[in-house]
Amino acid sequence: MTRLLVGPFNRVEGDLEVTLDVADGRVVAAHVNAPMYRGFEQMLQGRAPHDALVVAPRICGICSVSQSVAAARALAHLGGVEMPPNGLHATNLILATENLADHLTHFYLFFMPDFTRPVYAARPWHVEVQQRFAPQAGEQVRAAIAARQRWFELLGTLGGKWPHTQSIEPGGSARPVEPAERTRLLARVREFRAFLERQLFAAPLEQVAAWRSEAELLAWQDADAGRGDLRQFLAIAQDTGLAALGPGPGRYLSYGAYPQPGGAPVFATGLWDASAGRLVPLDEQAIREDATHAWLADAGGPVHPRAGITLPEPDKPGAYTWNKAPRLSGQVVETGAIARQLASAQPLVRDLVARHGGTVYTRVLARLLELAQGVPLMERWLQHLVPNDPYCQAAELPDEGTGVGLSEAARGSLGHWVQVRRGRITNYQIVAPTGWNFSPRDAAGTPGALEQALVGAPVQAGETTPVAVQHIVRSFDPCMVCTVH
Amino acid sequence: MTDNAALKVLWLQSGGCGGCSMSLLCADTTDFHGQWRAAGIELLWHPSLSLQSGDEVVALLNRVLDGTQHIDALCVEGALLRGPNGSGRFHVMAGTGVPMIHWVARLAARARHVLAIGSCAAWGGISASGGNPTEACGLQYEDERPGGLLGAEFRSGSGLPVINVAGCPTHPGWVTDTLMALAAGSLGPHELDTLGRPRFYADQLVHHGCTRNEFYEFKASAEKPSDQGCMMEHMGCKGTQAHADCNTRLWNGEGSCTRGGYACISCTEPGFQEPGHPFHQTPKIAGIPIGLPTGMPKAWFVALASLSKSATPRRVKLNATADHRVVAPAARKTRLK
Repeated sequence: MTRLLVGPFNRVEGDLEVTLDVADGRVVAAHVNAPMYRGFEQMLQGRAPHDALVVAPRICGICSVSQSVAAARALAHLGGVEMPPNGLHATNLILATENLADHLTHFYLFFMPDFTRPVYAARPWHVEVQQRFAPQAGEQVRAAIAARQRWFELLGTLGGKWPHTQSIEPGGSARPVEPAERTRLLARVREFRAFLERQLFAAPLEQVAAWRSEAELLAWQDADAGRGDLRQFLAIAQDTGLAALGPGPGRYLSYGAYPQPGGAPVFATGLWDASAGRLVPLDEQAIREDATHAWLADAGGPVHPRAGITLPEPDKPGAYTWNKAPRLSGQVVETGAIARQLASAQPLVRDLVARHGGTVYTRVLARLLELAQGVPLMERWLQHLVPNDPYCQAAELPDEGTGVGLSEAARGSLGHWVQVRRGRITNYQIVAPTGWNFSPRDAAGTPGALEQALVGAPVQAGETTPVAVQHIVRSFDPCMVCTVH
Repeated sequence: MTDNAALKVLWLQSGGCGGCSMSLLCADTTDFHGQWRAAGIELLWHPSLSLQSGDEVVALLNRVLDGTQHIDALCVEGALLRGPNGSGRFHVMAGTGVPMIHWVARLAARARHVLAIGSCAAWGGISASGGNPTEACGLQYEDERPGGLLGAEFRSGSGLPVINVAGCPTHPGWVTDTLMALAAGSLGPHELDTLGRPRFYADQLVHHGCTRNEFYEFKASAEKPSDQGCMMEHMGCKGTQAHADCNTRLWNGEGSCTRGGYACISCTEPGFQEPGHPFHQTPKIAGIPIGLPTGMPKAWFVALASLSKSATPRRVKLNATADHRVVAPAARKTRLK
């Protein structure tokens, strides 16, 4: 058996190191290390509660709005505030802009470039993939950056800037939208729709969102082989076996995304248990963070985030990461677009996961599907804005109390737990999506979702940064800077 | 592939959120990589934008250290984490076992120019909030105190101190304009302000071009989020003092903080993360804001504010505390003089 120390990984947000034990050309064990500590939970203590709206988004430069939404919801819960419909739609629009941009960035800038590597030089698709997806030079990479730049101009209008938009308040959005602005925003959304329909899908978004099974997807692929980036991904996935690569734990967590007036979210809440084939209602009280293998104090064992503590212990024996191990009812779960779709009973993703499990192939497809679903949703929400109706309810936050804010970032479930005493934050705990996905072993020694997904990954002779490992790691669209908040 | 005349850029990230890189990709161009190439900028490696991972990256860094790979611009994003107890172990660069502060110090000694990308890399920034549990600092500053990781006396190969492209996040145009000026050889010591920030954006105030200026003129103030009025009096806005061109250059098309409905928190200045008051409230003494517009004596401010408040048109007064225009400017006259 040999041991490989792999890092730094790029095209993941932040720094990541993976230790692999390899035997007979396969990974037999993996340890995932988030090698940085940032201390946000300590830094928030003692501040005025509203300051979380400035500080928390700065945990992350790629899921900044997600952090902002979770913080605003935690404060809204603390203060018993509800957003008026315009505020809710504006907040959903801002969050969806970020989430869809992240899906686009992941596919074109982070995930696909690995197929341009020399290890694939003999594959029939390699030359074309290089032309399209080579970092900095590939024509689709460059087109996607341009489309992304135009797309984020939505947030210049809706939120002043991105990242670190601060227009989202507990009571709604501080940035009302005038009717003429809405017209411009709709035109901008249609521009992005055109990019997706021409370049990524080579199909209308509504057609993509309506596929009910893998058979329908594959029939569409065969009808016009090679046209569009999705078909190219499918062909590569079939050639390289991505459908069997990187199986997750089979339990998928979604906090629910984009609540509508009346309360129900567009993407459902819950835990999809694949082996039982059923959706279990989310029990927020069953969340625990286990710091056994983190360089953090863990006296008292796993605790619910409302009682969580974050105190560095850099010399702790047996620890190998700065990330705690979140568990739901003691179990390892995976989170992300795939979980949102499974919870929402989306037929294509349910069928794909029933056939292949949660793997590199199905994670990427779930993300692309959300791009097709998200743009029509945003068009609808823009139409729902009512001119001159309020966008923000003024919120008086109490000097004492607690709050929980749950949200969905592009890469999965994000939670904030805040405690306030005498008008100051006394505790603030954050459980980030990649905290779930890239968690270390827990007290029972059970590996986290990525640690499990890497077992069995092929390692070719001479590989020091195995390409299969890179595909698996990036299929989760990790955000390490959130993880090590 | 490598062009000897090109400005070779190596980009590293440490104690930060990666948001300055994400912001950079929002640069106002139809072809980001094409624009850089055309300006003579070559990206040797970037954490989000390069193919190389793992051992390929470590090999590149070692080539820089042994002098076989030249670098013109070392861009560092994120604060330098010196903790715990000065060891740097709060960020050990993956795959190397070596604290990032050691990598940065050694690479900086090899670079023709060193750039702090964003306020964390410049001063410590948000990463140095609260009790600064990670002992975060900037490359050449710790808040407003010269020093930081590299020391006050540090000069890069070009003779310049660290160039502080500060902001939280930094504006994509500030980064691109700085690198293009370096590539063109047109950024000298006189183009930096007293804090090492490029003057093309730091010699301006966020107030310049603010769309709330009519409200400011009459001290017609916003009282709650989503109000249209000026945010200086109650909502914590520092735009009249903050050094940046946010309201003339604009963000993501037509945006800025004040246009987005929230206060300027002066994110380009050292120490902005600990203003000593809640970010969304203006600190006052006897009802007068402590932070006054740059260059304005307090007595004049008080006199002008009281005069302008009494002269505020009804339209401006009513609109200031509403979330949409409730009174439009009347079109009574034509052929305006």
